[in-house]
Formats: sequence, C-alpha cells, structure tokens
Amino acid sequence: MDHIPFFPERASTIASQIDGIYFMWVALSGAVALAIAVLVVYFSVKYHAGSKADRRVTADAAAQERRMHHIEIAWIVIPLVLFTGMFAWSAEVFYHGATVPPDALPVYVVGKQWMWHLEHPSGQREIGELHVPVGRPVELVMTSQDVIHSFSIPAFRVKQDVLPGRYTTLWFSATRPGEYHVFCTQYCGTSHSQMVGRVIAMEPAAYASWLSATAGTPTMAARGAVRFRQFGCSGCHGANATVRAPSLEGLFGKPVPLKDGRSMIADERFIRDSILLPNRDVPAGYEATMPSFRGQIGEEELLEIVEYVKSIGNVTQ
Amino acid sequence: MNSAAVLHHDNYLGAGATWRSWLVTLDHKRIGILYTITITLLFLIGGTAAALIRLDLLTPNSEVVSVETYNKLFTIHGVIMVWFFLIPSIPATLGNFLVPMMIGARDLAFPRLNLASWYLFVAGALFTIYALVAGGVDTGWTFYTPFSTVFSNSNVIAAVTGVFIAGFSSILTGLNFIVTTHQMRAPGMTWFRLPLFMWSMYATSLILVLATPVLAMTLFLMAIERAFHIGVFDAALGGDPLLFQHLFWFYSHPAVYIMIVPAMGVASEIIACFCRNRIFGYKFMAYSILAIASFGFVVWGHHMFVSGQSAYAGTVFSLLTFLVSVPSAVKVFNWTATLYKSRVRFDAPMLYALGFVGLFTIGGLTGLFLASLGLDVQLHDTYFVVAHFHYIMVGGSVMAFFGGLHFWWPKITGRMYPEGWARFSALLTFVGFNLTFFPQFIVGYLGMPRRYPNYPAEFQVWNVLSSAGASILAFGYALPLMYLMWSLRYGERAPANPWRAKGLEWQTSSPPPAENFEKTPVVTEEAYAYSDAEPAHG
Repeated sequence: MDHIPFFPERASTIASQIDGIYFMWVALSGAVALAIAVLVVYFSVKYHAGSKADRRVTADAAAQERRMHHIEIAWIVIPLVLFTGMFAWSAEVFYHGATVPPDALPVYVVGKQWMWHLEHPSGQREIGELHVPVGRPVELVMTSQDVIHSFSIPAFRVKQDVLPGRYTTLWFSATRPGEYHVFCTQYCGTSHSQMVGRVIAMEPAAYASWLSATAGTPTMAARGAVRFRQFGCSGCHGANATVRAPSLEGLFGKPVPLKDGRSMIADERFIRDSILLPNRDVPAGYEATMPSFRGQIGEEELLEIVEYVKSIGNVTQ
Repeated sequence: MNSAAVLHHDNYLGAGATWRSWLVTLDHKRIGILYTITITLLFLIGGTAAALIRLDLLTPNSEVVSVETYNKLFTIHGVIMVWFFLIPSIPATLGNFLVPMMIGARDLAFPRLNLASWYLFVAGALFTIYALVAGGVDTGWTFYTPFSTVFSNSNVIAAVTGVFIAGFSSILTGLNFIVTTHQMRAPGMTWFRLPLFMWSMYATSLILVLATPVLAMTLFLMAIERAFHIGVFDAALGGDPLLFQHLFWFYSHPAVYIMIVPAMGVASEIIACFCRNRIFGYKFMAYSILAIASFGFVVWGHHMFVSGQSAYAGTVFSLLTFLVSVPSAVKVFNWTATLYKSRVRFDAPMLYALGFVGLFTIGGLTGLFLASLGLDVQLHDTYFVVAHFHYIMVGGSVMAFFGGLHFWWPKITGRMYPEGWARFSALLTFVGFNLTFFPQFIVGYLGMPRRYPNYPAEFQVWNVLSSAGASILAFGYALPLMYLMWSLRYGERAPANPWRAKGLEWQTSSPPPAENFEKTPVVTEEAYAYSDAEPAHG
C-alpha cells in the first residue's frame, strides 16, 4: 500500500459542493468538540476536590437565576441559527442533485441479485460497467428486478436506491477521466458485497470512439419498436390504429390531462405505470379498456419500450 | 451459612436464596437483577458476533467466514444488541432497581406485571436465539422488504416473532414506570424535585409505550406477507417497499432515544454527585429530555433521504432533525457547566460519565453531518453511519450503563468494586472505543458501504485499525465482568451511602431491605442539593 487514503477522489461537478458542506461540518464540530474538551479539562483541574479555587457565588439569587437563563437561551439560540444555515445550504445542494439537467444523456439501469445491467439508448449493453463521457450530464433511469438495491459512486458523491416496481433517477457530470468504484449500498442478500462495478469516465473523443467501436447492435428505441409490435401495443396506439387509444407521438415530457381532472407529466415513470397499471391514471377522453401487462413483460423490455416512446416523443419537437 | 443468613435476612438479597424465590419474586430489585443476568448473557452472544465480524474485516476478502455466514453474523449482532441488550439495558436493570427507590416507593405499581415482563423478554430472546441457531437469519436487523418477505431463505419469521414478543415486555415495563411515577411518589417528591434519572425513565417509558406497538404491527405485516403472500410491501403483489421503511423507522428512530435518554439520566446523577453540585439548568435538562422524546417521533424520514422518498419530505425531515439536535446540545453544555465551581472527584463512575459525555458529543456532532441533505447522499449506508450510531448507542449508552452499574453497585450488592481496576477499565474502554470507531468515519467518507465482507484493498488500513481497537475494547468490557463478579464475594462491604450522594436510594441501607425503606421518606429539598449541604472546604 503506497499511501493511506484520507479523502475520496473528486471526479464530478457536485463533488466539490458536497465536500464543502463536509469540511464546514468538520471545522464546526471540531471546534465545538475541542471547546468542550478544553473546558472539561480546565474545570477538572481548577475545581478538583480540595483545590483552593474561588467557588463563591453571588449572594443575589435572583440575579444568579437571570444570568443562568441568559446562558441557557444563548446556547439554545446559537446552535439553532447555525443549524438553520447549514440546513439551507445542504438542502440547496440536495435539490441541485435531485434536478436532472434537460440535456442529460440517459442510461438505463436494471439491478438484480447481484449485478447491474446497463443499457445505452444507442444500443450498447453493459454488465457492471458504465462508460460515460466527461463534461456532460448523464442521467441514470433505474429499476430493480427483485429487491431494493442502491447505486453509489463515491468519487462522484452520488447515491440513489433502486426500487422494484418503479423508476428512480440520479445524475452526475464527470469531471475527470478515470475508473471509479460503483457499489451497491443497500443490503440485497448473499452476494451484496460483490454487487460492485466501475464507471469509466472518458474524454469525449475517447467516448465517441468507444461508442462507434461498440455500435452495430440496434438502438434501444429500435428494440423497443419491435417490442411495441410484439406485445400488441401498436394495435391500439399505432399511427393507423382505429380503436380509441391515445397516440403516443410527441407525448413524452408533455402534460397529460387525466379523466379524473388531475394532470401528469408523461415521464418514464408515467409510461411504465400506464403499461403495468393502465386503469390508475386514465387520460381524459378515453375509457379504461387497456389490459395490464403486469407479469408479462420484463424490466429490460419495459425500458426499451419507454425509450421507444421517448424517441417518437422527440419527433415533433 | 447460618451466620450469613443472620447477616442478610433483613435485606432483599437475603429474603430467600432458592431458585424458586428468584423465579417467582415480585421484588423490583430482584427483577432488575434477573434482567441484568439475562442481558449480560445476550451481550456475550452479540459481542461474539461483533468480534468475528471485526476479525473477518481484517482482510479485504472475506477469509475467516463465508459471505453467507458474515451476513448472518451482522444480523445476529444487530438484532441481539438492539432489541435484547440496548433497549432493555438501563431501563430494565437500573431502572427497575431505582425507579421505586428514587421516589420513595416500596415497589413498582404493578409488581406481577413487572415479573411477567421479564418472562416475556426471556421468551422473546429464546425465540430469537432459536432462529439464530436453526440456520440463522440474513436480513440485517432492519428486515427491509421485499428482501425479508420474498427473497431471503433464512429463518425470518422465528426471529421477528422473538422481537414481537420482547416488544410486549417493553410496553409493559413502560406502562409500569409511567403509572409508578404518577402515583407512587413519596410526600414532598414533586415533579421538579425528581432526579433527572427519573425524568429520563419517564420520557423513555412514553416512547416505549407509544412506539413499540408500531414495531409490532410492522413485523406482523411483514410476517403475514412472508407466510401468506398478502401484498403489503412487495411491489409485485401491489405493495410498497418504502412503506415498510416508513413504519420500521417510525419505531426504530425513537428506539435510539430509548437507548440514549436513560444514559443521559445516569450521567446526570453521576456528574452531580461527583461534582458536589446541582446539575446546571435542572429544568432545562428535564424539558430537553421531554423535547428529545417528542421530537424523536417526527424525524424517522432522515433514514430515507436516498430511498426514493420525495425531496420535499426529505427537506422536512432534515429540518426537524436539526431541531432535535438542539436539546441534545443543551444537555452537553449543561453537563460541562456543572463542573464549573464544583468539587470534582474522579472515581470510576465519574470517569465513565465523562467518557459518556465525550463519546456522545462526537456521536451527536456527526449526526449533524448525516442530517445535512446533500452530504447524507455521500454518507448514507457507509461506515460513517456505522461509526455515528455506535458512538451514540455503544459509546454513549454502554459507557453510561457501566458508569451507572459502578455507581449503584454498592447499593445493589452491598459490596464495593475494586476502584483501581474500575478506573483502568473506564480508560481502556474509552481508548478502545475511539480506536475502533473513529477510523470508520474516515473509511465511510471514502465510500466503504456497510455490510460488505469484501471491500477494495485501499480501505484495509482503516479496517485493521478498527479491528485492533475492537480487541482493546473487548478487554474494556471483559474486565468489569470479572472484577464485579469477584467483588460479590471479596469486595469491601459498602456503607449505606459511599459517595455521600443525594437521592432517596442512598438514605436506606446497602443492600436495601425488601420493602426499600423502613418508613416512607418525606422529601423536603430539591434534587442534588449538594452545595448547601457541603462544608466550604468540600
């Protein structure tokens, strides 16, 4: 071992913001802990039983009481102000991390005991490895095929639980080319500690050549279009369909008015839920006639259909 | 035998030495001792699991045990230490012994219920130990769904049945303490004359009574989903896996306060006594105990910032978590201020209490790191969290438990413990503890996940340090076990009040008579009226 690590590599745009909060807390809590230690030691020495220190208290009991109250109020108010400030700062960073930039490059992730399956829109599939370009936001759209997992890249300071039955997302923008650990951080059974992988962050040129070297497979959207016909979706939702079902062209990312008066954004989650739970959020003007595809369609196939719907959503834009 | 019987027949220990006299006793003091023996045995099981975990983590590849065994070990460690050691530790042992004594009562309000609580506890412990022996459980103490309900092939239902049963022991003990505190205080013992230990027992009991039923329901729902495939938490059956986490932490976060609030009470008693001072800001201390107990119910979502819970919910839980830190901070400042103009002595209980303050301070401060939304993303489910909660639950609670055990040992047993050994082990525990857990903060920020028997080689140096510290810590815990047992026979006989302490329990003989007090005491002064009673030279 050539060196002892004290601090993780910093390889994403958000890492320095999170480290800022960390160092602030290290400084503040270090100062408080030190102050308490110094006071305890000082009082222990000065007021040791038998020492001749002055222990007289003021005879005015009321004044004494007032002074004590002031001290108590001070050490309630000061931490409160400090905590509120730190709360606001860390919440702001959190929101930044929770808001995916619109130009992010999507990658789809399926967690299963005990591996990560990743699929790029351009068709590349990876297991336990994720190739990304530096300098560009990347969004992971993730779900689990079995138990809860969590996708964590310490060098990027990102982490998000990956749940069965729904999509969660995380995003990052790598700043330094290199290879970084991916850990599953939510305990998921026997080989939890082997559910690890790596992110390979590459310069844009190197990434472009990786993309072209691994090209040749159909894109995710193309595979999704095949599934779209295979599962019979096109019968109702296709361009020439006659049954009353909404057309999906230009749908993605738009608000959808629902029958019951609510409105939802047609994001990945909405499309997934509409396939598996079609009667829950029925669009306005349509009847709840669509059958559920629950249990008939795998997570990866579902993601391909989502990507297909996404691709025809962008046609009109 | 005859002379011993003559000597002891007038105290609670001498009131019968047969197995039967202990197993059917209704005396709160004896029941406290039954709990002490039970949880010590359980601590040895949980501690052995911890030792094996630290041994395995010496190397980056799990070489001592298989990964399956490792998963079972940390489950045993967590389940036993949380539910069968820490939760009952101070309330069921020192609390049982002291609650009636401190308020001048003859016993708890419901002595039979108190004995029933112990039997429930033992029944629960046996169920859980059965689960662990019959193949083990690999879910972790958190039993997250759907892993626990659908995917784990281990003995989940037996383990949670044990926890479920032991929960009733908690509820009944809490109920008993609440009624006792309300109804059985001696004349003159007003609420604001109660020792802070009593306030801590009262607040803890409220949490036990209000939170434990939620755990019982949650585990019940989990068990029926596992056994009968009734969809509650499993997404494939139409359930919601996050619902389990909400319900689980609704109990398990307040449970942390079940562990730490009693420790705060013990530390307050010891610090006041060895400083010969009234606790600084007594009323603020009492209110802060109540504030911690009540705010503790509304912060559970801080365990779920990256779980998929909405960002808005996370924001609210983060803010509330900062608020609950304020009364904890107030307590640390007040303990420190109690030393001011004191006449402090450093007997072993005081060393343990000061150790408690130090470790609790570090545990509390690192909790602020975790409460910070953005920062928690990096820290969540890493060794930083492991280090943080061990500082609170082991550093804090166990240090205070040992301090309390030494402080009241003369009262409980009628014997003094060997002071030199006790000071040495207080020091050893403090050093061993820090060496074990401080490196885990660093390796946590580096990103090492919890529950990983295999880890990248660059984390090894911190794990080796941690395991080395654990071996020192083991001595720190083993020593008191040995010399306290030794003192039962060879220790110096204890006077009624060896520490010249205030508090009703010190006004009766050591050990106390079966009925605690020859006649009901009358209280005429505030708690900790030390400075008035002391001559100026100390």
